[in-house]
Amino acid sequence: MTNPVETHWSSLMRAASRGDEGAYRRLLTELAPAVRAKAARYGLSGADVEDAVQETLLAIHVKRGTWREDEPIRPWVFAIAGYKIVDQMRRRYRHAAVDISDFTEILPAEAEADPTTTSDMDRVVARLTGRAGEIVRAIGMEGVSVTEASQRFGMSEGAVRVALHRGLRKLADLRASMVT
Amino acid sequence: MRTDDLIDTLAADLAPRRPVVSALGTAGAVGLAATVALFLVGWGLRPDIVAMTDSPRFLAKPLLGAMLAIGALGLCVRLAHPGAPVRGWVVVLAAAPVAALSFVALELAALPAEAWAPALLGDNSLLCLVSIPALALPMLLALLSGMRRGAPVRPALAGAVAGLAAAGVAAALYALCCTDDSPLFVATWYTLAAGIVSAVGAIAGRRYLRW
Repeated sequence: MTNPVETHWSSLMRAASRGDEGAYRRLLTELAPAVRAKAARYGLSGADVEDAVQETLLAIHVKRGTWREDEPIRPWVFAIAGYKIVDQMRRRYRHAAVDISDFTEILPAEAEADPTTTSDMDRVVARLTGRAGEIVRAIGMEGVSVTEASQRFGMSEGAVRVALHRGLRKLADLRASMVT
Repeated sequence: MRTDDLIDTLAADLAPRRPVVSALGTAGAVGLAATVALFLVGWGLRPDIVAMTDSPRFLAKPLLGAMLAIGALGLCVRLAHPGAPVRGWVVVLAAAPVAALSFVALELAALPAEAWAPALLGDNSLLCLVSIPALALPMLLALLSGMRRGAPVRPALAGAVAGLAAAGVAAALYALCCTDDSPLFVATWYTLAAGIVSAVGAIAGRRYLRW
């Protein structure tokens, strides 16, 4: 309980539950490397690591009502991370690809890919339909703000947030349905 | 998508969240009401129920059902919360089979050996095997829909425990109608019925409680 990370994360999450966006952004930013390390320990590599990280952050967001303020936050975070990392491993083994390590000598090096981008998540984001999908892509991929999105789509900011919320829920459901 | 962009997107969607416990509580209450209503319409109390209230054999039946329901419901709530400790509720849940076995031991001591088999077989074992799962169904559906709002990291286990909770409620109610009162009967047929509901819950959980 006296663990400094525990105290720090749970105070950020409590602030977030009261609507402090900055605290929430800081919390998610700090959770990302912790989840990344766990995913690497489980043996994920490359874009799979970042897919697992993003899926965990999305799940933490959608399921944040399952953390109770009087419970420690780290077991909660890492239980979600473990669940989502195993999901990602299942997907990977299902679509087992040829191991390219035998061909590293003859394959051209990949052009400097940003290591914090994902492949699976992008495919699912592309599948989101309707206005909710357009808004998730505008805000998530193009970095458009809620205000800018409301101007671009001729909607109120409230309506943009509702559509964003719906899109993110749908995204989480689509991702989960990709494991069977 | 870059992770930083995802974080910005999630932060833009920050709104207060209702605790999942309240969703589970609502779902449990709805399921309980439906199962009780189904019992009153389709089964009803046995006619001699007033006279039975001083029979320990009779009273043990709803007590065991209630113990199973309470332990399993508590565990359900924990299983819907990732990382929440479960040991305390596992102990509470384990009290139900321990109590059932104690009642069986008392019954074996009280009855002569030749009376064991008729007591175990009872009169209505098939009715028990059908009634408890049927009564448990509304409660199980309600609990599963409540748990979908949560985040069970072991979906099949969570479904199985939801099945035990629903079976406990159904057993406590069916006990008020069933005329087989021997603990030997209860430990056999009620347990088998609870096992059926729990297995259905596990299969449903594996399928519907993923997130």
